[in-house]
Amino acid sequence: MDGFTALYIFMLAAFTGYEVISKVPVILHTPLMSGSNFVHGIVLVGAMVALGQADTGTEMFIGFIAVLLAAGNAVGGYVVTERMLGMFKTSQKGASKA
Amino acid sequence: MNNLIVNLSYFIAAVLFIYGLKQMASPNNARSGIQWAGAGMVLATVITFINPAIHGNYILMILGIGIGGGIAWYTGKRVAMTDMPQMIALYNGMGGGAAAAIAAVELLKRHELPFSVQLLAVLGALIGSVAFSGSLIAFAKLQGIKAFSGVIRFKNQQMVNAALFGLTVLLGLVIAFSGTEYSLFTLFIFFLLALIFGVMMTLPIGGADMPVVISLYNALTGLAVGFEGYVLGNPAMMIAGIVVGSAGTLLTQLMAKAMNRPISNVLFSQFGGSTGEAQ
Repeated sequence: MDGFTALYIFMLAAFTGYEVISKVPVILHTPLMSGSNFVHGIVLVGAMVALGQADTGTEMFIGFIAVLLAAGNAVGGYVVTERMLGMFKTSQKGASKA
Repeated sequence: MNNLIVNLSYFIAAVLFIYGLKQMASPNNARSGIQWAGAGMVLATVITFINPAIHGNYILMILGIGIGGGIAWYTGKRVAMTDMPQMIALYNGMGGGAAAAIAAVELLKRHELPFSVQLLAVLGALIGSVAFSGSLIAFAKLQGIKAFSGVIRFKNQQMVNAALFGLTVLLGLVIAFSGTEYSLFTLFIFFLLALIFGVMMTLPIGGADMPVVISLYNALTGLAVGFEGYVLGNPAMMIAGIVVGSAGTLLTQLMAKAMNRPISNVLFSQFGGSTGEAQ
């Protein structure tokens, strides 16, 4: 990828992230931290590519660790965020679902 | 053809991530936000199996996703609501570790890389490693593991940490600037020092300040993921990573502000022994 194209992507993504979070109420800080923690679980895709291109035993081992950790990030991040936001809704509306 | 489908899926995933985060930022539809983002993640992961850049190790891939995802699913479902912050720290650390491991695989190959790629690989490795070990210490502190709980200080700590950081950056620069000529030993020491620095940086911070620190490491992991996305030529990783990096940085500031403390106080404990000793 062209370095400058990457720079433009980085710049636009940085402003996007800033805009998305600005003016968010304090009660949503922790769920949002958790939610964004889930979003960088996309590292799983990169880990799969790295493992898929690994040739030597060492590379395969580290690539496997990468996939293992990344899957933990994505799945754990989702489960925890989902539970947290579910509770949030319950306390808002008084519904019964835990 | 596969390439087109893969790239299109990554694009849709990136859109869903941003849309999901936006939804999560408003109280009424926060829950649908995480579900949209989740759909994006499933799409991106499944479609990666037909990514033409991959040429093997599919079994290991499925095994890794199964084991890592399974353990995370089990622990995430079972943990008590009050223990959520340290689980976020743990999962975040795993993401940082994954980003660092991707960098390690790429750098181990010692193949000819454009300078910008090699530099960002090293930078992502440094940030990812620090986020990994730092988050694990944050987890250990909140989990109440005795050896790490409370504020751990020693004489000239900030000097030692600064020296350690300087040395790590120096080694990183040596690797980034030496093309394919760096030794694997240098690489090993670089990763080791980065991991140690993450530990050292987190040790002096007390339990009450941990949410802010976890948020910071969350932002750092995002950055690392974004940088490794550039290394692998994956725009979805770049976008998701940098969006989280910037959103996380702002969130860290907001959280510190909600505690009435500037972020530098949290990180460098400028109030001496009086800060963050709630645990």
